[in-house]
Amino acid sequence: MAALKAAVKSSQSAGDNAWMLISSALVLMMTGPGLALFYCGLVRKRNVLGTMMQSFGMMAVVTLLWAVCGYSLVFGGGNPFIGDLRFLFLHGVGADPNPTYAPTIPHQTFMVYQMMFAIITPALIAGAFAERVRFNAMLIFSVLWMFLVYFPIAHMVWGEGGFLNAYSGGRFPVFDFAGGTVVHISSGFSALVTALYIGKRQNYPHEKMAPHNLVLSFIGACLLWVGWFGFNAGSALAASSLATSAFVATHFASAAGAVSWMVAERIRNGKASALGAISGAVAGLATVTQGAGFVQPFSAILIGLVAGATCFLMVSVVKEKFHYDDSLDVFGVHGVGGLMGCILTGVFATRAVNSALKLANGQAAPLGWIDGNPMQVVNQLIGAGIGIGLGVVGTLVALKVTSLFTPLRISEREEDAGMDLTLHGEEGYNFEA
Amino acid sequence: MFKIEAIIQPFKLDGVMEALKAAGIDGITVLEVRGHGRQKGHKEVYRGREYNVDLLPKVMLQMVVPAGRKEEVIRTLSEAARTGAIGDGKIFVSEIAEAIRIRNDERGEAAL
Repeated sequence: MAALKAAVKSSQSAGDNAWMLISSALVLMMTGPGLALFYCGLVRKRNVLGTMMQSFGMMAVVTLLWAVCGYSLVFGGGNPFIGDLRFLFLHGVGADPNPTYAPTIPHQTFMVYQMMFAIITPALIAGAFAERVRFNAMLIFSVLWMFLVYFPIAHMVWGEGGFLNAYSGGRFPVFDFAGGTVVHISSGFSALVTALYIGKRQNYPHEKMAPHNLVLSFIGACLLWVGWFGFNAGSALAASSLATSAFVATHFASAAGAVSWMVAERIRNGKASALGAISGAVAGLATVTQGAGFVQPFSAILIGLVAGATCFLMVSVVKEKFHYDDSLDVFGVHGVGGLMGCILTGVFATRAVNSALKLANGQAAPLGWIDGNPMQVVNQLIGAGIGIGLGVVGTLVALKVTSLFTPLRISEREEDAGMDLTLHGEEGYNFEA
Repeated sequence: MFKIEAIIQPFKLDGVMEALKAAGIDGITVLEVRGHGRQKGHKEVYRGREYNVDLLPKVMLQMVVPAGRKEEVIRTLSEAARTGAIGDGKIFVSEIAEAIRIRNDERGEAAL
């Protein structure tokens, strides 16, 4: 009997580990090539490589940072606001599971999975200051931003004893299944700050700056959609029915976001565009991220419908009105989508989907408003507020410190010549070759 | 010798090439170009931002023909490229002083 139990446990571990390793790879695929293609198609020809390199740079640099101390600062016990150094240089992160976070998979799998989230978050921000920032400034800023914003907010929401961690006695329990607050609110609002601080591209908005290749963006967006299954369903940290539920919610919200943006655009501009459809899907995905493992399929569809139309209005009406150059709409899609998703999770989260949180008597705790816990919306707002505040302040400090080491912007002449040639000494499309 | 340059709608290229081939014209250079005549541009919208695109995609054909075939080539081109709508394009004809075949230094109409 004991042997049978051990065999069942070992096969569950094998299944969970297989799914989590695949999910890790899927989330990495979101940054490269997903986000890299999505973004590079939206910029002008002369900046195609520079834009891809910003995403790829994060794959390289954040990985090393995560190994040295990032993982520990997020998932080491520590205080409510930042982790300690117990996992410095991945000390003690090996084949044995860490029962605090994921009892059925090797600790190392958990570590590498979470790393992929840390990679994509600063890569997202780069879209707001596309086509005008030095590569070295972008790298320095991103490393500082990880310390000032990502490590603290990720620890608060997901780390043991975190201030906002609903499962670890947090002061304000926030439900953030896959990073609506940690990834999208933090990157989206930080992105707006960078766009305002660094300033517009020269000649914006007078000069035509149309996307140079929407085919690349299209492929990138579809890779993001597929990769997002690893992002959201993988956040169940097991090959469980909860992973299935998150998978379904993710897919439905993405589809609803695409439909909603296309309809809004058709009404306002007379045509449903390809860029609109893929932007709507990404908006739906960003918005459902927070609640993916807490909401039922039709709640996810509703979340997607709200996301598509609202984000469309943000990027086409609000941005035009205020004239800020959030070049690739990181704030309009990820910031606004993330914020809406955070609030809507407080409304639609239900124990019918996720019963992991228990009351003192052992029964599943009511989660969101529809579960009879309207106060959860307030908790979600507090979480979002902390994410926004930390993002804004941390980004300002990171930009200021970066500018002590290097100018943030390329010169006007370099902007004319393009990042590819001036920053990397290459061209994306070679005439002679 | 005359140089004949025709700027036509891109979707007419296949038909024009076939007509030229049927007429026995060989020796042609084709360029993808952008431009406009009296035809107005169009509007593109990216995430709510409107762009007026004035330079439209066109195809330019260049060929140099013996004096005796000039009119025939012009007629072939203009018939094959015509839709009757604005934006069909234009044909420009100019005199050519000399032609040299690089392979063997043949000159004049023999080099065509």
